[in-house]
Amino acid sequence: MIDDLTSLLDGFANVATPGNLLIALLGVTVGTAVGVLPGIGAAMTVALLLPLTYGLEPTQAFIMFAGIFYGGMYGGSTTSILLNTPGESSSVVTAIEGNKMAKAGRAAQALATAAIGSFVAGTIGTLLLVLITPLMVAFAIDLGAPDYLAIMILGFIAVSAVLGSSRVRGFAALLIGLVIGLIGIDRVTGQQRLTLDVPQLADGIDVVVVAVGIFAVGETLWVAAHLRRRAAEVIPVGQPWLRRDDWRRSWRPWLRGTALGFPFGVMPAGGAEIPTFLSYSLEKRLSRRPEEFGKGAIEGVAGPEAANNASAAGTLVPMLALGLPTNATAAVMLAAFQTYGIQPGPLLLERESTLVWTLIASLFVGNLLLLVLNLPLAPAWARLLRIPRPYLYAGIVFFASMGAYAVNAQPFDLFLLLTLGLLGFAMRRFGLPVLPLIVGVILGPIAERQGRMALQLSGGDLSGLIGGPVSFAVYATIAVIVAWPLLRRYLIRRSPAPGSAIQERLDRGHDLPEDGGGPGQRLAGQERRPGGAQGGDAPLVGEQRSEPDGGK
Amino acid sequence: MTGAPQPVPAPASSRGRDRAQYGVCVFLALVGILVIVDAALTGNATSSNDPIGPRPVPILLGALLLIVAAVYAADVARGGRGEPEGGEDVDLTTPIDWRTVLLLAGAFAVNAVLIEPLGWVISGSLLFWSAAVVLGARRHLLTIAVAVALALVTFYGFAIGLGVNLPAGALQGIL
Repeated sequence: MIDDLTSLLDGFANVATPGNLLIALLGVTVGTAVGVLPGIGAAMTVALLLPLTYGLEPTQAFIMFAGIFYGGMYGGSTTSILLNTPGESSSVVTAIEGNKMAKAGRAAQALATAAIGSFVAGTIGTLLLVLITPLMVAFAIDLGAPDYLAIMILGFIAVSAVLGSSRVRGFAALLIGLVIGLIGIDRVTGQQRLTLDVPQLADGIDVVVVAVGIFAVGETLWVAAHLRRRAAEVIPVGQPWLRRDDWRRSWRPWLRGTALGFPFGVMPAGGAEIPTFLSYSLEKRLSRRPEEFGKGAIEGVAGPEAANNASAAGTLVPMLALGLPTNATAAVMLAAFQTYGIQPGPLLLERESTLVWTLIASLFVGNLLLLVLNLPLAPAWARLLRIPRPYLYAGIVFFASMGAYAVNAQPFDLFLLLTLGLLGFAMRRFGLPVLPLIVGVILGPIAERQGRMALQLSGGDLSGLIGGPVSFAVYATIAVIVAWPLLRRYLIRRSPAPGSAIQERLDRGHDLPEDGGGPGQRLAGQERRPGGAQGGDAPLVGEQRSEPDGGK
Repeated sequence: MTGAPQPVPAPASSRGRDRAQYGVCVFLALVGILVIVDAALTGNATSSNDPIGPRPVPILLGALLLIVAAVYAADVARGGRGEPEGGEDVDLTTPIDWRTVLLLAGAFAVNAVLIEPLGWVISGSLLFWSAAVVLGARRHLLTIAVAVALALVTFYGFAIGLGVNLPAGALQGIL
């Protein structure tokens, strides 16, 4: 524990050089800007910037990514409050009360409670990250290849079956990703797989090209197909500030939102959607003025925003300790580790201790910078929402091409990028979630290697794949997730269903205002999603838009 | 995989059954077959270090793809549909504007062809300009100015400043 604290202080010392502080500032500024801009999220930003940071040291690149990670979320809440069209599923709840507040002339208070709430939740969440990650590493360090295989499979099943509304579509996306991950020379035997004798494919498809293609190019093509003719109305905003009364009403929701958000983030199938949603219903129930909900209650912005940020901090725990990404930004950051030749997992903390602690320290620093930056700059960010859409999306295509070319300096990658962009377009058209594909591409090859290593240890005996108690527990969890729809039906028949407290709270979502169109409907659809308690979209910062839930 | 997808209620007939989804099933099945055939053509090299070799994983994935394709098709037949993704600038009430999509993809492909002979500054300007015009930019002079400025700034900033690989192409020696 003391060692960790010392390492963390060293991390702060690394961040606190003028050059690195500048990079952190750049990261949070870029992160907020792209979070505000429609169509771009934190995951896409990290993917786009990755090839451009090859000239930097890994430490500096990760200082920047940490800024983008939190900055993207701040920006997202601004968009949902001022536009009422949340870009991320995790901001849906913020939009409900936040936009009502903005329309009632309280945009400044809504932005302030979101910004300060994000700061509080981000700081507490990062502290918890510091405490919990070493514990999880201590647990994970003794795991063998079969256990890892089991954990990876849990990751696959969780992102495909639990997050998102249709299991078969989630699995379809996952399998496409796994197949993309197969392309190239088999690392063990040196044989080519699925390269179709194209020499450029022998090294496999770079994860950066996949991420940029699916996120950036796919998104642009999809927007181009349905571009809104008239830009949505932006509510003007002044300097954010809070009255004493607002402070009194906000601080408890901030803390409660944090307490709800973080555990969901740590769970392999958590995500930010469920906790933001739970936080909303909780605040509504505890409020002394429940009648204000639906008309712009500040608690309904403070709680969910805190939950969103705390959950994002939580997702970094499995990412750093196990190498298991549970949201799109964590997935792309994992790819960034690999690009720098660093293998995430329990050994990461030992081998790359400086890097990890610097990353964590820069999360604290970035969070503080964001608070300082965002309160005065909110009017400027709001102006970004008016950028003409042709320039915005032309710019995304421009930077996507530049980034993808820069990876290997070959035009072939640009054609690959276009193909993947068309794939991303089709996935958006048919409601296939993007996250399982990305996770499949990144974790697929690792899972195969762990599986083959397990078989090597057992001399080819298939029992070697099953492993010990840890993997038994993991496979049991997987079985519960897979069988959940059947289980739930059984439990509901014998109602009152045990363990359905969360489900009940979800059902309370029907109390939410239905008039707001989008958000209300989406929330009402929540109750039908599979996997109730574990359910929820990952905080897909910007990429996977509104969950593809059943149409109404 | 017991995950029979949620019985999503069919929408109120405005867009019908969305039969194009069967195309996704066919695509998944074709990928599955491709993966299995490719694995079958790969020579199986097993050793004591690697008891299973490179083939079983692709064959497993191929089989799973075929199963998912079948379940997907059953889901579509029962009226299931994936909800197209929304977003800030996405207006789902309009039909897909194929002309814009194809022109944008075309602009993209042109850049891929021209980037090495002409260099990033020219091909990138062209890419930004054509993408913006396709997406509805009407102030042509401004668009050209922004395009050229962006291409120059990125070339000097990233290629020369940060050492990113961007070709100078036809302007080699001038820039």
